[in-house]
Amino acid sequence: MDGKKIVLSINGKEITCGLNKTILDVVRENGIQIPTLCDCKNLAPFGACRLCLVEIEGIPKLITACSTIAVKGMKIRTESERIDKSRRFIVELLLSDHPFDCMFCEQAGTCPLQDLAYEYGMKNIRFPGEKRATITDDTNPFIERDNSKCILCGRCVRVCDEIQGVGAIGFIDRGFQTRIGTPFDRNLDCEFCGQCVASCPVGALTAKPSKQKGRIWQTRSVKTICPYCGCGCNLTLHVRDNKIISVTSDPDTLNEGYLCSKGRFGCDYVHHPDRLQYPLIKKDGQFIRSSWEQALTLVAMKFKEIKEQHGNDSLAGLSSAKCTNEENYLFQKFIRAVLGTNNVDHCARL
Amino acid sequence: MAGLATAFGSGAMTNSIAEIAGAETILVIGSNTTEAHPIVGLQVKKAVKKHGAKLIVADPRPIDLTRLADIWLPLKPGTNVALLNGMMKVIIEEGLEDQRFIAERTEGYEEFKKVIDALDLEETAQITGVSVSLIREAARMYAQAEKASILYAMGITQHSSGTGHVLSTANLAMLTGNVGKESAGVNPLRGQSNVQGACDMGCLPNVLPGYQKVSDAGVLSKFENKWNVPLSNKPGLTVTEMFHGALTGEVKGLYVMGENPMLSDPDLNKVKKALESLEFLVVQDIFLTETAKMADVVLPAVSFAEKEGTVTNTERRVQKMNKALESTGEGKEDWKIIKDLAGAMGYAMHYPAAENIFRELSGLTPIYNGITYERIDPHGIQWPCPSVHHPGTKYLHHRRFSKGLGKFSPVEYTPPAEIVDDEYPFILTTGRILFHFHTGSMSRRVFSLNEISPEGFLEMSAKDADYLGIESNEEVVVKSRRGKLKVKALVKKNFLAGTVFLPFHFHESPANILTNTALDPVAKIPELKVCAVKIEKIKK
Repeated sequence: MDGKKIVLSINGKEITCGLNKTILDVVRENGIQIPTLCDCKNLAPFGACRLCLVEIEGIPKLITACSTIAVKGMKIRTESERIDKSRRFIVELLLSDHPFDCMFCEQAGTCPLQDLAYEYGMKNIRFPGEKRATITDDTNPFIERDNSKCILCGRCVRVCDEIQGVGAIGFIDRGFQTRIGTPFDRNLDCEFCGQCVASCPVGALTAKPSKQKGRIWQTRSVKTICPYCGCGCNLTLHVRDNKIISVTSDPDTLNEGYLCSKGRFGCDYVHHPDRLQYPLIKKDGQFIRSSWEQALTLVAMKFKEIKEQHGNDSLAGLSSAKCTNEENYLFQKFIRAVLGTNNVDHCARL
Repeated sequence: MAGLATAFGSGAMTNSIAEIAGAETILVIGSNTTEAHPIVGLQVKKAVKKHGAKLIVADPRPIDLTRLADIWLPLKPGTNVALLNGMMKVIIEEGLEDQRFIAERTEGYEEFKKVIDALDLEETAQITGVSVSLIREAARMYAQAEKASILYAMGITQHSSGTGHVLSTANLAMLTGNVGKESAGVNPLRGQSNVQGACDMGCLPNVLPGYQKVSDAGVLSKFENKWNVPLSNKPGLTVTEMFHGALTGEVKGLYVMGENPMLSDPDLNKVKKALESLEFLVVQDIFLTETAKMADVVLPAVSFAEKEGTVTNTERRVQKMNKALESTGEGKEDWKIIKDLAGAMGYAMHYPAAENIFRELSGLTPIYNGITYERIDPHGIQWPCPSVHHPGTKYLHHRRFSKGLGKFSPVEYTPPAEIVDDEYPFILTTGRILFHFHTGSMSRRVFSLNEISPEGFLEMSAKDADYLGIESNEEVVVKSRRGKLKVKALVKKNFLAGTVFLPFHFHESPANILTNTALDPVAKIPELKVCAVKIEKIKK
């Protein structure tokens, strides 16, 4: 594989890397940080935010690291006064058209723009001009869009097209008027997978069911598996006060961090008031609240009675494709070892 | 599952989800992948959009994937076998079969070939409603790929001849050598978070955990020793047989854990009668489902977020579920309830935690032998994993099928159990939609999902709607020989005339009140995908 390696230098240090990688990839592989806003795993390079600008010896202009392939002998600088000035200027321009409402924004705490503004200490913006109006799409129950916060990185547009293959949203108009929207500004009508929400770096796209439920630092996160179909997507449940307030997924999983509408928005049933709270025994056609002891004693007695009167095979059990392996194992063990029959099945056929 | 096990020796997906993106040709048959398995759907999209794979979709409905497909085969419901046989006829006629693979890795080819040789493609076209030229084109596209993958779901299995449908997909893969290698294989997509695991764990009437047969004396004594109790070697009843048994008085008591047959099973009126006939019904669930309402005792369980354990996904990957919430009521983990109930019946079970159960089951299940809680963190392990040093298995049947040689089976087309006639002139097919899941007991209780998709609908062609004078959104009555329901019509332009579709998630318009209990004789799967119905306009 040696033939497929190239040597170049980053910040004066000689580095060996593979072919056909972007400068950004190589830089990151070597543990060097470059700020980005439009870069997103699995999406094609876009070069929109201009934050990843680097200097390359022999090229007069600054070059975007995300969309430039690293080649042999390149001498790259990721830090310099010129780069720093340029990055600060870009952040300042973004902030000049961004509402300073981090105290209300759902993204606070996970927002890279907020981090950059903090890092650069950018309280006073030199460009007080016009700001884009807040245009929100509020017609669906999943996703809220606030274009005044949008930085036009295009991550939502690209994930919807490149990954989801839906293309529900796109760039509309040009220049200062540019915004993200649906064809003819109709209400969003899509698969509501929320890939756009997950890829939005700022608070322009947020999950409506999570609104005002809690900030990232107020939650605890627990990794688990989606309870719906058989794909086995990995979920991260964000929990506050014993409530699931939002669901995300790590990119480093079999589902690459992508979810469907059920996985991303469908865990609320766990908190539904219809949840059964205690055992019930039917008397004269009505359910009566009972204790565990009463209920289990009754079930054990009835099962024994039927077993004795009609034989083991007059009993049967249906297990659950939504329960764990441990529970399914124990269920069939119960049916086979305790009830003494192989009458056990589940809904695999349905 | 029975079909693939016969052909290959294992009923599970041969490949991994991520391998789909590496296939050159993908045949999606009987699976509305982007709605029922959205994340698998993303891999199909990646294969086509990013890697230029060819996509063949065989489905009566113009499902979303047909937009991306190179070829859409709009076959009549229930005619998969005829279509696949037709494709294989073309492959053999044109010499596109993989003779070396057939000779070295399979058996039963000559017997199988007789059925194919006897076919007339014109007749195939007539049965399936797909033209000979399209069948030819699809056959070539599939056979000429170096790596071809078949994805299927309940559109293949839920037929009275479902085992035959599955065997046909296996025949096609073996005929072209498209199994036992990366990104090529036969991939049944599992529909529930742990349906693979429930099968692996022996929640099936004929096998113990790990597909070890109850009729095998050696297997039985292994479990008898471990469980310290004599066991029955007589295979038990399947779901549909249990309900039949309840009606005949053979089955008196039923214990249901986390299932809702009152919406998911065919011919709901019959299911209801069966449950009413029982002497004693126990239902363990998190909601008072349609089935739980009929119970004598209801035991409250807890949800996935309130428990720890493992689940096995469609690609055989055993993954860890972790507890995120404390239970707010008196509900308990299902395994604790089973343990307590066993204790109440005089059989003591000692498990301090879920992991203790896992240790016992992995010891008894050869395909899980090498899996431990430590090893499945964080990415899971795909079975078979026979030892703690084994990395797990990405794709099955490499160099050798689980059963040795792959077995071709001669499969002839048999029509669905119920065919249309003058009184019931439409074929009804049923399925899932993106925003809901199974019987809706979970997804219908999610505010956002239920708001975007609050009610059922009947998809029908514009041609049929015109003929009956029905407009989109108009409420109609759908009747079969078993029941009737009211639902809104959703008229679709490129929908196959003569076919209608109902999702089965909605208790207000329960599709399964109409469906047929006709069973596949081997797999005992009911024919949920085809029954004859009539549609009536409601007189004002």
